Amino acid sequence: MNNKSRGLKIFAFLVYFFLLAPLVIIFIASFGAEKSLVFPPNGFSLKWIANIFKIEMFRKTFLISMQLSVIGTIIALILGIPAAYALSRYNFKGKGFFNGIFLSPVLIPGIVLGFSLLKYLVIYSKLDIYTSLLIGHVIIIIPYIIRVISSSLSNFDYSIEEASMSLGANKIKTFFTVVLPNIRSGVIAAFILAFINSFNNVPISLFLTGPGVSTLPIQMLIHVEYNFDPTIAALSVLLMAMTAILMFIIERTLGLSYFAK
Amino acid sequence: MKKYSFYLLLAPGFIFLLVFAIIPLINVISGSFISDGSITISRYVDFFKDSYYTGILLRTLKLALISTLVAAVLGFPTAYYISKTNINRRGLYIALAVFPMLTSPVVRSFSWMVILGKYGIVNNFLTKIGIIQEPLSLLYNEFSIVVGFVYLFIPLMILSLVGVLENIDKDLVAAAESLGATRFKAFMKVVFPLSIPGLIVGSVLVFTGSLTAYTTPQLLGGTKSRVLATVMYQNAMTLFDWDTAAVVATVMILVTIIVSGLINSFAKKLNSRG
Repeated sequence: MNNKSRGLKIFAFLVYFFLLAPLVIIFIASFGAEKSLVFPPNGFSLKWIANIFKIEMFRKTFLISMQLSVIGTIIALILGIPAAYALSRYNFKGKGFFNGIFLSPVLIPGIVLGFSLLKYLVIYSKLDIYTSLLIGHVIIIIPYIIRVISSSLSNFDYSIEEASMSLGANKIKTFFTVVLPNIRSGVIAAFILAFINSFNNVPISLFLTGPGVSTLPIQMLIHVEYNFDPTIAALSVLLMAMTAILMFIIERTLGLSYFAK
Repeated sequence: MKKYSFYLLLAPGFIFLLVFAIIPLINVISGSFISDGSITISRYVDFFKDSYYTGILLRTLKLALISTLVAAVLGFPTAYYISKTNINRRGLYIALAVFPMLTSPVVRSFSWMVILGKYGIVNNFLTKIGIIQEPLSLLYNEFSIVVGFVYLFIPLMILSLVGVLENIDKDLVAAAESLGATRFKAFMKVVFPLSIPGLIVGSVLVFTGSLTAYTTPQLLGGTKSRVLATVMYQNAMTLFDWDTAAVVATVMILVTIIVSGLINSFAKKLNSRG
């Protein structure tokens, strides 16, 4: 290896150090024994990890976030799979327009969407906060569903579908018995990706919290603004463990190379 | 009926997005042009006359621009290195870039509070080895916001570039070199032009992301370095000045659309020339 490519290698390593060191620091700091967060920690304890489970607000909002992300993702799948199928299966007038509409939530700044939903759904239409929050999460995850399902449908051989129909199955039966099983891994990956993005979302939830309704990221944000202790670090470790498991599932279904294209 | 069945498949999602996303958004935008029942741009005139708001707009643009440039300068060589490694290594690098991207933005911004804080890691280290006596103010300024943005969005830049770079035919570079180009020249004449689409996608993602991010400037910027997103939240939820919040929201959407449009049309021009 010559000098130039060694330089490149060192450069890349430094960038990855920058990318990963903060998370490693958080990981180590969460096992500290002191009252405030210090790095490197003096001593080792699991008390901060244990402490998270004692804080009611975190327990409660964790459950809300879980519920919100799972229900939101299921609704988005029900709305998104047929749309993704229509968009990749057929050529029709206005296809570009519909594609644009379905991907548009990516282009709208989350904080603007959150504000619009507060103004229009909560204040103007008098919808309750939880329903509005759920609607907001469905909106932001529809584009992930459309993209991942479309990409797995692009590898689907539609002649199987024709074969099924020529053997007498109707369109709906064909979809459930032939098409859906074939894009199963795409559906799982779409679910996970949508779930993570909904679970971590801040800007939408920020405007749609109210009495008794808040999400875990929002509670974390509030906690971090006023406290400097290892609680959030410990919580982060649990969330990172969750991310790692979900990433493993994405790798087995969609393949992580999906992100690099 | 059969001919239009695909519209039936599109309808539920389309109606959902129309009713719950598009209409509320149009409502906010159009509302910002209406005052006492008549159409007016007076709120925008006030906004652009007020040096507080124009200052925030300029700061937001400046921070997004710097973050994009830094992400590109750090991301390009890194992505180039990754694209040249073997496929197993590449998978590992991609996984290590995806992981932070899927981690909560609150966690990622918090980690920089730990590093840059008054009694944070950097200040502790510098005090210990005696370079400084008093802790430096590294947090709650524009510097810490840029660090946070670059940290937040560099995975997007790296991944967009790896996607393009790994598809560049290695034989093209070899051909350029065998025809007498130096390694550097082969890179500049072959690899770099072919990687521009990835660079553009990455830049649009980093720029628009930085322009509209809330968590990072809120945690790392403090009250002195507000940006459009944090000032919009403050207007809406602390000051209850919803008219100004709607103006800021519209400005954010317009700037996002204009910038991505400009970069994309620039990209098209570049493509038709090459």
